[in-house]
Amino acid sequence: MPINFGRTGRVLLINATERSVSAIETGGDAATFFIGGRGMAGNFLRPFAHLPFDSPQMPLIFMTGPLTGTGAPCSEMLSVMSKSPLTRTVFQFSAGGTFGSELKKSGWDGIILTGKSTSPCGIIIKDSSVTFEQSRFIPEMDVSQRLAFFSTGSAAVTGPAAEYGVLFSSMIFSGDTQQSRGGLGLVMETKNIRYIHVRGSGSVSVHDLEKLTAAGEDILRLVSASPVLTGDHGFSRYGTAALFDLVNSRGMLPCLNFRKTCYDGTDPLNACAYDRLYGTVSYGCTGCDIHCGRRLADGRPVPEYNAMVHLSALTGNTSVERTLLASALCAEKGMDPVSAASTIACYMEITGKSPDECDIVKLLADIALSRGEGELLKSGSLRYAAAASRPELSMSVKGLELPAFDPRGAYGTALSYAVSTRGGCYSDACAISHEILRKPVATDRFTFSGKPRMIRLAEDARSAADSLTVCGNILFAASLEEYARALYAVTGTETTGHDLMLAGERINYNERIMNYICGFTSADDDLPARFFSDPGTPGAGISIPPLDRNKFLEARSTYYRIRGLSADGLPLEKKSLELGLSWTDPD
Amino acid sequence: MDRPGLKYSARLVKSGLCEAGAPLFGIMEDGITWSGRIQEEHILEEVLNTLNFGSILFSPTAEPFRSITELLAGEAQPSGSIVPDDTETRTFLHEIPVISAFTPGEIITALKRRKGAIIPGRGIITAGPVTPEQAFVTFSSICFSCYVKFFSDYYYYTRGVKKLPDSAEKIAPQALKAYRSALKNISDFPSAKGPFTSDEAVYAAIVEAGRLTVSSGMVDSFFGNVSALFNDCIYITQTAASLDELEGCIDCCPLDNSSTCAITSSSEYSAHRALYNLTHRRTVLHGHPRFSVIMSLLCDRHECANRGRCHTACTAKRFINDIPVVPGEIGTGPLGLVRTMPAAMMGRGVIVHGHGLFTAGACDFTDAFTSLVDIERMCFEEYCRLVQF
Repeated sequence: MPINFGRTGRVLLINATERSVSAIETGGDAATFFIGGRGMAGNFLRPFAHLPFDSPQMPLIFMTGPLTGTGAPCSEMLSVMSKSPLTRTVFQFSAGGTFGSELKKSGWDGIILTGKSTSPCGIIIKDSSVTFEQSRFIPEMDVSQRLAFFSTGSAAVTGPAAEYGVLFSSMIFSGDTQQSRGGLGLVMETKNIRYIHVRGSGSVSVHDLEKLTAAGEDILRLVSASPVLTGDHGFSRYGTAALFDLVNSRGMLPCLNFRKTCYDGTDPLNACAYDRLYGTVSYGCTGCDIHCGRRLADGRPVPEYNAMVHLSALTGNTSVERTLLASALCAEKGMDPVSAASTIACYMEITGKSPDECDIVKLLADIALSRGEGELLKSGSLRYAAAASRPELSMSVKGLELPAFDPRGAYGTALSYAVSTRGGCYSDACAISHEILRKPVATDRFTFSGKPRMIRLAEDARSAADSLTVCGNILFAASLEEYARALYAVTGTETTGHDLMLAGERINYNERIMNYICGFTSADDDLPARFFSDPGTPGAGISIPPLDRNKFLEARSTYYRIRGLSADGLPLEKKSLELGLSWTDPD
Repeated sequence: MDRPGLKYSARLVKSGLCEAGAPLFGIMEDGITWSGRIQEEHILEEVLNTLNFGSILFSPTAEPFRSITELLAGEAQPSGSIVPDDTETRTFLHEIPVISAFTPGEIITALKRRKGAIIPGRGIITAGPVTPEQAFVTFSSICFSCYVKFFSDYYYYTRGVKKLPDSAEKIAPQALKAYRSALKNISDFPSAKGPFTSDEAVYAAIVEAGRLTVSSGMVDSFFGNVSALFNDCIYITQTAASLDELEGCIDCCPLDNSSTCAITSSSEYSAHRALYNLTHRRTVLHGHPRFSVIMSLLCDRHECANRGRCHTACTAKRFINDIPVVPGEIGTGPLGLVRTMPAAMMGRGVIVHGHGLFTAGACDFTDAFTSLVDIERMCFEEYCRLVQF
């Protein structure tokens, strides 16, 4: 029997309704076409894209990549994909920790979970053995208590927020540093699955360990040379919160529901403030060489950049301690702090309540447990604002609340928010890399010129990286050129950076097709009206005008052409077939 | 609208890497725009359309780079690669593919793997996936790496431990003569005098020092880094900043750790900071002068157990006259130069193996820049002595 280097060639299919399991053999063209991770998950999700998120047939997919468990740098992420309750788009996130490597060491490349259990239960995977058990969790139990049940292996759990139907409920993984976005925790909850625990005793075969070591050294050399990742003021030293000062100095830090773009309060809210007030130490996901997480000396995690800004400046909270409390509450209840805080900021603007009149920690608890005003807010800012007849005050794209980079200060970022397949997300194209962080080269942040192609190429690169299950942060330093060498060493199949980019294009287009099937059009590839009418906060000799709507639309049209979409942003049969994707006309 | 790549074409010509009119940039946005014409434009068009990069650069090189790249390409196996030992190659290029024919297939195969390639008899082709600047930087880096490798190889050739084609005997003297003349012609030195009394004075002094570092040829690809210590802040050039265009590209980094704005500062910020902590210097200059790099690579201890790992593992206390040569990689990793260079800065400067030269000044850039040029001149003359030129 041939060895599947880097892959097991088997995906575990679990039906929660019947409590049955089976194996799907994979490999061949699918592995080359979709790499693994995000790409492979999209391949499995596509036939079900038309279903609602809570349909028992809707799969919730956990997928490893060919580098998972091989020791390649920063390659231990896990792709999780389904349909988002919040955005109704196809939605993928990458989780850190050891779930992926444990799964692969159990002999599985991934899990496809379908069906719906009649009662809350958990799934235990130990190598080839898969069992169901009655859930050990009691209702409203905090996430840390849930994870404490699993001292070995790795677990994916939902939190109390999912039990209460919060549309931005997270799924939480042992050893991960962040709460996931998009509400896939609620998808797991609708299947009545509260946790999946996996332990593997096998190993992952690598074709050429010496070449993998050399490729790893090339990657780590670039990590060491990256000021963003390992510099004195970089992520390794201050966590992703290190971005606070830079983004603020560029007039791009969203405050008060994006009504201001610069925090000028007297109370410091930056990464250094946490360091000075509490003392912090770094930590990271297992297998990570960057360690972008920070913990206080008392063990509490410092929120990552987007959560930190939204739980403070965006909502008018100027207390570091309250930011920590709010962040901890989101973590314990299992909900995305970015969407939660943005929804509160929207609520404050609509109701006219000042920061002094809003207890953000209480509001977050009310959202998580669907109490009082929280019952209105648990569906996210777009639904809340629409219900209040002020939909324009939801700072979201496709219903996903925007992260903490104001689009008026970086036009590539603005375009990427609009066209991302999962909604208002910066990480799909990470234009801040060149617009703010000067990598791989600095670009003019106040122009759309050249940005459509840059966004398209960056999306393809990120899609490929998510499919290799490489951490997105590594792309601030290394590229697919280096990871292609690692993949070659692992699988023994000659691969180039360009091959991976082509696969990335295919993966992204497949997601476009799924969104098309779900009814998304160019009308959804748009930004909130505020960004075209109101200027940002001027400062440091820089004025930040509103985005020019005509130039934005022109850039979006160019992006559509470069991406091979119709003028309305819809996928085309010809392009689809050219990429080797099947075509189903939703009409 | 400017011709595509005009700025970078001018830089390639100004730095002597290409002859005027030679660089051809192709920029792809909605369609492809070319900066000029060559007979085989259709070949490059196919390359760009297939690879989908934002830009591509093709150009014959000027002398001595033309002869040097031709010689090295001839030494590589057919469709093989050149693997120089300098830091630039190790960190960013990894290797330089040599392709055998000016055909779309050959070029596409090479650029699918690496950032640029040498086409013997034709020139160098490089890709700029995001912007033309990337293509320019890779082009310049290939020229620099090949130059360094050639003169490193030539030294061993004169010692009888490496074979080179006879043409090396013609190329080396001509190139050395040209470089000697270039070094001799450096006459502009910093005018900004310290101690600095305002932020504005610091910014202006850094901008001037950066511009002079480029105009004197003490860097490759216009990159290096420059900093000054003033009022408990390190003012330092940003990462990927072109040293001749530093306006708006200088970060102010408070030493009290009250801000993380230096996240965009040079990858050598940590080394600069450590140097200021260890010494009483007030300015630091870092460039990649060619013969400082070349001399750092030369070592006659062929049986050394660390041979091939000199850039990180060399344990010898090495000097080129009074200038220490230390191992260390870019940045802050466990083998980073932050752990070796600052402590070695006792005199005029420190050379980091295969990488470049750091110099420091007492209160402004006059002495730091003078040391940069003087050490490079010293290294050059030392090299000439070794190869009996």
